[in-house]
Amino acid sequence: MAYDYEKSIRPGKLPHIWCPGCGHGIVMKGLIRAMDACGLEKKNTAIVSGIGCASRMPGYLDFNTLHTAHGRAAAFATGIKMAKPEMTVICCGGDGDGAAIGGNHFIHACRRNIDMTYVLMNNYIYGMTGGQFSSSTPTGHLASTTPYGNPDPCFDLAKLAIGAGATFVARTTAFHANQIDKLIAEGIKHKGMAIIEVLDDCPTTYGRRNKFRSVVDMMKRLKEIAVPVTAAAKMTPEQLEGKTLTGVLHKEDRPEYCENYAKIIARVQGA
Amino acid sequence: MAKKIALLQGNEACAQGALYAGCNFFGGYPITPSTEIAEVMAGELPKIGGKFIQMEDEIGAIASIIGASLAGSKVLTASSGPGISLKQELIGYACIAEVPCVIINVMRGGPSTGMPTGPGQSDVMQARWGTHGDHAAIALCPASCQEIFTETVRAFNLAEKYRMPVQVLYDEIVGHMRERIVFPEPGELEVIDRPAPSVPPEKYKPFDTSFGDVPPLAAYGSDYRFHVTGLNKAEDGFPTTKAELVDAEERRQIRKVECPEARADIESNEEYLIDDAEVVVLAYGSTSRSARYAVNELREQGIKAGMFRPITLWPFPEKRVAQIGEQVKAIVVPEMNLGQMIFEVERVVKNSCKLAGVHRVDGDPLTPSQIIDQVKEVL
Repeated sequence: MAYDYEKSIRPGKLPHIWCPGCGHGIVMKGLIRAMDACGLEKKNTAIVSGIGCASRMPGYLDFNTLHTAHGRAAAFATGIKMAKPEMTVICCGGDGDGAAIGGNHFIHACRRNIDMTYVLMNNYIYGMTGGQFSSSTPTGHLASTTPYGNPDPCFDLAKLAIGAGATFVARTTAFHANQIDKLIAEGIKHKGMAIIEVLDDCPTTYGRRNKFRSVVDMMKRLKEIAVPVTAAAKMTPEQLEGKTLTGVLHKEDRPEYCENYAKIIARVQGA
Repeated sequence: MAKKIALLQGNEACAQGALYAGCNFFGGYPITPSTEIAEVMAGELPKIGGKFIQMEDEIGAIASIIGASLAGSKVLTASSGPGISLKQELIGYACIAEVPCVIINVMRGGPSTGMPTGPGQSDVMQARWGTHGDHAAIALCPASCQEIFTETVRAFNLAEKYRMPVQVLYDEIVGHMRERIVFPEPGELEVIDRPAPSVPPEKYKPFDTSFGDVPPLAAYGSDYRFHVTGLNKAEDGFPTTKAELVDAEERRQIRKVECPEARADIESNEEYLIDDAEVVVLAYGSTSRSARYAVNELREQGIKAGMFRPITLWPFPEKRVAQIGEQVKAIVVPEMNLGQMIFEVERVVKNSCKLAGVHRVDGDPLTPSQIIDQVKEVL
């Protein structure tokens, strides 16, 4: 029997705003399956986003949902989680939202190791505003504000998250639909800050400018650049040139922020 | 039993007022001259099981309190100068999403870094118009440490009752001054919590106006689930661009504060020797302390002076100020800025009386003699 997505979607809120060929819908389905697999209760789950195409996702989902301001998802989510640590808090959004304008909130949420799961859809571009380069647009690529090629170096978002202190960091792509839910579910179960970067496609504003003839071409590229971390261990640097590691890139146990704060409360009240 | 009495700094009184009002979440970022509020809250909140978090920046601080408020907490942040400028983005968010929160602004000089350790009153128009877009504003301006306590309690009450951000503005002088505080007993001051939804979860809409202009707000993590956005929204909380819905929502959000009943509830003024006054000094915050001294001095010299002190700056007490304008020969407005509230007074009194300002932005307080000189000159 086909999986029932409807039970997690708010009645009457579809169709979504995403363009044909956009990977955000694949990610949303993965998120729904992951939340289901973890047995999350709707009333005890909050899904928080910023601004952008990917950030419209919470509106379609029948949970406590908060569509915040540009870049601020992690900071709003931190307030919810601190106020009610018993809730499961999930952030979702795009690369420009999460790592450029929201970069400061992002790295500090990682540093605190607060128990949240952040699904970061990296489609290399500001899609909603019409295709301006983001902090993850590859150098040399074309965007509406880099008509001569992007002069900026770009972030490796997973490395950024690991460097900032996130205790679970994974990466997959919109092509690898069956891996998305498994990694998000693992992130939700992980106690601490979990970042799941999903390399995504924006055929409308990124693909067309960068010589992808079709959505299929973009998906093929995502398939080709992805190398599972396990396979990469046996590959030479030459073989890994231009590739992106996928799977669980980093996992460690470190005290979680709200649990630490609960200990402070217990200590102060006990004194 | 004798009441608890303490010698407290204004910022400490603010924190104590917040705790009295039931504040259980503080998100902050250090900035002079407001930092002591965060320091007290960091120490006190864990004792009552509340939460304190120092965020990575000013925007993160207000974001965290909005999130916590949506999860049902009574929330506070505090800042000054450039910090308040940074918070404007999400003050607007709290306006449109109608999220109760209290923002303390311990005013210093400016613009930009300005004079971090000096007093100022140059944020009074920012408190009204600082964030972009049309919106209502509630801003309170206490003038003493005791009043900082009580006005902070009132700020929480108004935030919860009207479901919106409320700002408390006081300047560095009262923020850092120490005065005797008499702690009200529990129950002595009214403490208001946001009304809970009366409809079952499946019927709940976060912006349902069938209960009046202030729709009840549920909490995340309760039996109610709902959507919140910073976009113009319909009563179910979802974005809309339908002209009639956008227009109705925008107007309601202003009406809930500016209708006569709400104004009567929110406005608060002190009138001093106004009945027979020929000249009134309209002063707010610490400047009113010099103004009161000046009025007494002028009375001794035979000049019929009085003082009008708006404790609620926004909404501005336009009706009463217009009446005073009809009664007196002149209104003098002393401010620690180069002329801000005086324009609001001018708008309201029109040409019914003479109007003059006294302004100072050099980091020192306005003195009674400066006010006296201006009163004599204008008469």
